[in-house]
Amino acid sequence: MTQEILTPETLAEQFGHIRAALPGADVPWLDSLRADSLGRFADLGWPTAKTEAWKYTSLKDVQTIPFGLGRSAKTVESVEVVPCLFSDAHVGLRLVFVNGHFSARLSALNDMPEGVTAASLAEVLKTDPALLKDRLGHIGGEAGGPEDKSGGQPLLALNTAFMNDGFVIVVGKGIVVEDPIEIVFIGGFGGENVVHNVRNLIVMEENSRATIVENYVGFPTSAFVHNEGCEVGVAAGATLKHYKLQTEGFETTHLNTVHVDVERDATYETFMLSTGARLTRNEKTVRLKGEGAHCAVNGAFLLRGTQHCDNTTVIEHLVPHTSSREVFKGALDGESRGVFQGRIVVHKDAQKTDGHQMCKTLLLSDKAEIDTKPELEIYADDVKCSHGATAGQIDEGALFYLRSRGIPEVAARELLIEAFLGEALEEISDERVRGLLRGKVGHWLARDV
Amino acid sequence: MSVAPMLDIKNLHATVDGKPILKGLTLSINPGEIHAMMGPNGSGKSTLSYVLTGREGYEVTDGEVQYEGRNLLDLEPEERAAQGIFLAFQYPVEIPGVTNTTFLKEALNAIRKHRGEDTMDAMEFMKFLRAKTKELGIAEDMLKRSVNVGFSGGEKKRNEVLQMAVLEPKLAILDETDSGLDIDALKTVASGVNALRTPERSMLVITHYQRLLDYIVPDFVHVLANGKIQRSGGKELAVELEKTGYADFIEAA
Repeated sequence: MTQEILTPETLAEQFGHIRAALPGADVPWLDSLRADSLGRFADLGWPTAKTEAWKYTSLKDVQTIPFGLGRSAKTVESVEVVPCLFSDAHVGLRLVFVNGHFSARLSALNDMPEGVTAASLAEVLKTDPALLKDRLGHIGGEAGGPEDKSGGQPLLALNTAFMNDGFVIVVGKGIVVEDPIEIVFIGGFGGENVVHNVRNLIVMEENSRATIVENYVGFPTSAFVHNEGCEVGVAAGATLKHYKLQTEGFETTHLNTVHVDVERDATYETFMLSTGARLTRNEKTVRLKGEGAHCAVNGAFLLRGTQHCDNTTVIEHLVPHTSSREVFKGALDGESRGVFQGRIVVHKDAQKTDGHQMCKTLLLSDKAEIDTKPELEIYADDVKCSHGATAGQIDEGALFYLRSRGIPEVAARELLIEAFLGEALEEISDERVRGLLRGKVGHWLARDV
Repeated sequence: MSVAPMLDIKNLHATVDGKPILKGLTLSINPGEIHAMMGPNGSGKSTLSYVLTGREGYEVTDGEVQYEGRNLLDLEPEERAAQGIFLAFQYPVEIPGVTNTTFLKEALNAIRKHRGEDTMDAMEFMKFLRAKTKELGIAEDMLKRSVNVGFSGGEKKRNEVLQMAVLEPKLAILDETDSGLDIDALKTVASGVNALRTPERSMLVITHYQRLLDYIVPDFVHVLANGKIQRSGGKELAVELEKTGYADFIEAA
């Protein structure tokens, strides 16, 4: 297998080989979307340190891994137990993907309420491609049109060209899904170092409500690349709580590019907890497109060893009376490195915007590093915006206070780290999810992950 | 016959950032005794409290401290707490995100574990804690709040007393517990402390002013100046100091 960097030409060659076998190959609009995206990648090339959005994160090690390959069916069948977050009570609202491919056998969809479509992308492309036609590639702005939002996103371009499978969830008008829908992605079976081009789509129709939890797990030692593209549309009056837990093994590369459109009086809430992977890049763009739209973009990254996690977000306030809130917290140990790039853009017409952003990092070792770049770009004059970033160490005064009360040093440190992260976890409005993620933080502290 | 002292400090020398602060302090405290340590600012009062509780950055350069017949200075701060030493801080630390209840439960269970006792479960602990707050007249909502965050000066000091009540130390060191309190808050805190007096429990009450000693009446009063005890006496010494001030001792030193 080649160790050379994949040039656009090599990728085009790989694409040519598998084009006819990709899902939806017989759907003309998709086939041309793929080809256009590959062309876009050829224009963009791999991001380098000179690319502003990639200043702190290098993809050097990813550029040699073949993009087109996926899995062998045999290994998929060897999964018996799904490491899911939610217990039996919500067993009927689960989609499971192994090595990036939907597993009907491991999934359980029998409790999905009427009016909700929850299926695999590959399946929908076979049975009902029309459901996707005006959506796939549209929220991310790739499907042409005057406003190309994905201009600088080569990974999304590659994902669109090579997308293989992923989930499609459409929650119909006025439908309320009370229990969380969990999507489990189990990666790294078979040990092949390949790229899983996962493509997800969430459509919340008017006044619908749902909680979706993505749970990414993998083997400690399996090297593979998860390159995900995700599009989310939250229509007027709808509410989506979109949570993500990523605890993949330390050889894994986890890349994702997410686009979210939030319409009038709609709410999008997200929390991303990253403790896994060698290299993580969470890139999320949220566009507040209708008056009264609100988003909460939050997360926490807990790293040790030589892990690297990059959270890059853009929140665009496009119309008046929209609000956003962003809270990220990092705890960095060992020689790990965290990156937070948060941009809030308030467009010319977006008067009365209310936007707040904060990133705080706790450095647990002298060798850990955080690069934070908060940015406010404001073109309106009547707005309320703030941002802030801090990096510090454990408060020695607090540590001594706890120890002087009999709490051993290790436990005292854990308590303080947990408390520090708690401020971000508090932002999770779903109590069950908050409790579960709190538990995951506890596991991380106990080195139980 | 003589009782073995609980705390026996001999010729203690300590430095902070290389600067000598304690310069030969000698003090014995027997079980059940209340000693007041008075002195001007900068005399080494707080340094003594931190040396006894093992805070980093307070280096003992000479002398020894025996606690219940063992070398105290060898122990980590949490081990000292487990052996029954408690410091009520002059400036209690705020810990956002840790509730008072969690903090107290972790502390008590850590100490019980260290002593080889069973830890308390959440239910059992809440019952125990509620009883303590009631005894001390402390509002229960204080338990749900983050440790000392947004507490008034009086609440912070009352919280120190609550911690003392929960951890039931053998030797309590009260570092300027009166600082920042108005007279009503002072009385409340002092009555809390007095409620914790027992024939076995010893206290070292560090204060600048005699005022506190009207409410927590000591058995002995010592004057600390220039890193050494300059004079010792009974409770009447505090009254005398209130009149004369510390000038004599500063000059003498």
